[in-house]
Amino acid sequence: MDHANTIKDIIAKYPVQRGVIIQILQDVHGRYNYLPKEALDEVAKQLSLPVAKVYSIATFYKAFSLKERGKIIIKVCKGTACHIRGAELICNELENILGVKAGGTTPDMKYTVEEVNCVGTCAMAPVIVIDDKYHGSMKPEKVRKLVTK
Amino acid sequence: MRFSNTKDLGTRIESAKAARQKVKRRLLVCAGTGCIANGSLEIADALQKELDARGVKLNVELSLKKTGCHGFCEHGPLVTFHPEEIFYQRVNAKDAAEIVEKTVLKGEVIDRLLYTDPTTKQKVTKYFDIPFYAKQQRVVLANCGQIDPAAIDDYFAVGGYSALKKVLEEKNPEGVISAVEEAGLRGRGGGGFTTGKKWRICRGQTSDKKYLICNGDEGDPGAFMDRSIMEGDPHAVLEGMMIGAYAIGANEGVIYVRHEYPLAVKHLEKAIADARACGILGENILGSNFSFDVSISRGGGAFVCGEETALLNSVMGETGEPRPRPPYPAVEGLWGKPTIINNVETLANVPTIINKGAKWFNGLGFKNSHGTKVFSLVGKVRNTGLVEVPMGATLRDIIFGIGGGILNDRPFKAVQTGGPSGGCIPASALDLPIDYETLTENGSMMGSGGMIVMDDRTCMVDVAKYFIKFLMGESCGKCVPCREGLRQMSYILENITEGKGKPEDIERIRELSVGILNGSLCALGQTAVNPVLSTLKYFENEYHAHIKDHKCPGGVCKPLITYGITDKCTGCTVCARACPVNCISGEKKKLHLIDQKKCTKCGACFSSCRFDAIEVK
Ligand SMILES: Cc1cc2nc3c(=O)[nH]c(=O)nc-3n(C[C@H](O)[C@H](O)[C@H](O)COP(=O)(O)O)c2cc1C
Ligand code: SF4
Ligand code: SF4
Ligand code: FES
Repeated sequence: MDHANTIKDIIAKYPVQRGVIIQILQDVHGRYNYLPKEALDEVAKQLSLPVAKVYSIATFYKAFSLKERGKIIIKVCKGTACHIRGAELICNELENILGVKAGGTTPDMKYTVEEVNCVGTCAMAPVIVIDDKYHGSMKPEKVRKLVTK
Repeated sequence: MRFSNTKDLGTRIESAKAARQKVKRRLLVCAGTGCIANGSLEIADALQKELDARGVKLNVELSLKKTGCHGFCEHGPLVTFHPEEIFYQRVNAKDAAEIVEKTVLKGEVIDRLLYTDPTTKQKVTKYFDIPFYAKQQRVVLANCGQIDPAAIDDYFAVGGYSALKKVLEEKNPEGVISAVEEAGLRGRGGGGFTTGKKWRICRGQTSDKKYLICNGDEGDPGAFMDRSIMEGDPHAVLEGMMIGAYAIGANEGVIYVRHEYPLAVKHLEKAIADARACGILGENILGSNFSFDVSISRGGGAFVCGEETALLNSVMGETGEPRPRPPYPAVEGLWGKPTIINNVETLANVPTIINKGAKWFNGLGFKNSHGTKVFSLVGKVRNTGLVEVPMGATLRDIIFGIGGGILNDRPFKAVQTGGPSGGCIPASALDLPIDYETLTENGSMMGSGGMIVMDDRTCMVDVAKYFIKFLMGESCGKCVPCREGLRQMSYILENITEGKGKPEDIERIRELSVGILNGSLCALGQTAVNPVLSTLKYFENEYHAHIKDHKCPGGVCKPLITYGITDKCTGCTVCARACPVNCISGEKKKLHLIDQKKCTKCGACFSSCRFDAIEVK
């Protein structure tokens, strides 16, 4: 992978302006599905920022993962509405099926399970989002139908 | 189409209105995040095909539109047919042919797709006859679900940008501020600060540059009104921003949107591009000497970034840590320049205030809270969704009137308002009017409008633990009392929910709360103890039940509960099939039994049983 060019292209989309680093990291994250070390180094180099600064941002914000993630991302909403309606059971069920806890990735790199605080569809709680598709009114049984190892 | 003056814009608004009136029938498909999740885009495609196949001419007499969120997501996908206002819910792509055949072509109502009122068990045909909508007063949400958010013409057609026009033609900045002040608009993002006053402070600053930021971080987990407004009526947010910017003298704006809201970002981007193309955004707006442009900043997923000074840091590409105030952002904000930060809903109210007048707005509401407020009614309530009511409505009006009462007819226990900074309100306070002050006096707060309903199967200690853990994870770590105090608090609560609590824990919680409250810099830490203190205030007995009797009255805390099957069991075998560890045995049509040794207390049997035969003790 040619990080230098990929990142150059991403940076070029933004005006030369202070403060765009988070937006750039969002796009880098979108491109690689996580923030690879080499890419972060490259961002720092091209923006003439200290590497430490780029890391402090990459680690502060929850939207960023520094670990390689699975092909399919499962987000389990742990917002209040979902919690009250049994999000815990959904999490446990996913753990049963996939053998990984929230934040983990299956060894075959197929699935990554993440917990998020509210995806904004609280009326359909509990909610999980599998690769950007929302699934509402989840039940453990429904999880088993949607996700198979 | 680029308008070089306000007159051209006015002409366009009028022609768009006329065009909308000419379209006699409208088939609206909700395309908010919730309905899309349930397949509404497929339904829109299917309807389009069916219409084409039958040669029904679109646009002239009938238009098919994808609208923004109605806020009734639980019943989605939603399809409405105007002018008859026929309201279909839980529609499937397979229903498309029938809808076109019967409803569009013959005006017949399809019974099966109608909403059934859970209280009266009657089918309801019309949108505004459904108690959920009938009892609301939609001002901010008026356009959500009615217009296509991706079409600027749709916004014109409902009088959009006429407030901007009026402001540019008739009002100087001072006049705008006076109107907003006179209206009594207060911030909808949490603090409830008077918007006009804040604007006046910023206007009074001399600076070569000022900024206006729309706070769309919507961090309260359980609230989604800002998402719905940004998704369903993005131009209203822009128009509010423009009027605000004109008032304070800003020429640059930023909308800070949380990264979990991709559709909101998409619709806002489209709205910005369209407004620019029309000459409504950019240099010399509508030929005036007012210039203003807007960019979008996607948040990084940190709750604390909703706090205004943390948000500023985040927009400037720093980690989102709050800083001490003063200086307030209105004096020293983005890049050190005077900056106004307003919530999405606050800004979306502004065009209406200009159009309908400050008096009208001021007349709505209660005491010092004016206008309406959108609440996100969720949790254990029958009708979940977005509810907009005048300030001063009671919790009972909302939960029982609009919400239809508690799910499965269980008893009401509490309602949590104000998000992680708010508190739990018990049944005894159901008849209090909702305004900023009353909620605060009762140990909660307005916050952004989250309203989470809890029944007897909710554990109040678990709720307190939930919020503390949430805030512990979201503390930026700058202040020791917030960072470490919340960790200690979470540890104590964890122990209590595991049956390992000690009687003196209650005192320790109270002492710790004082420390966290006084030693924290920002409101995250200062209000973090509200969920704990309010549950202690109203539900101390539940804490004692966990500590002394090792029981969880709500049946939630795993180490303290057991699942059992009662004689209501019909032997349907559903639970046995649902159990992931196969620990339920029993023959068909005979009473089933749980092997307690193997049971992991996952609750799958409980949620699967249709005969209410599984009990938790
Ligand atoms: C921890 C914390 C989180 C906040 N989150 C939000 C938020 O998500 N959205 C919001 O509009 N205001 C939020 N606020 C309030 C903002 O700091 C600010 O008061 C508000 O955006 C001002 O706008 P308003 O006057 O229109 O309400 C938060 C405050 C705190 C302390
Ligand atoms: S109170 Fe908590 S979140 Fe706020 S600045 Fe201090 S440590 Fe950060
Ligand atoms: S709680 Fe879960 S593990 Fe226990 S019996 Fe029910 S389904 Fe099986
Ligand atoms: S709390 Fe889960 S979607 Fe909002």
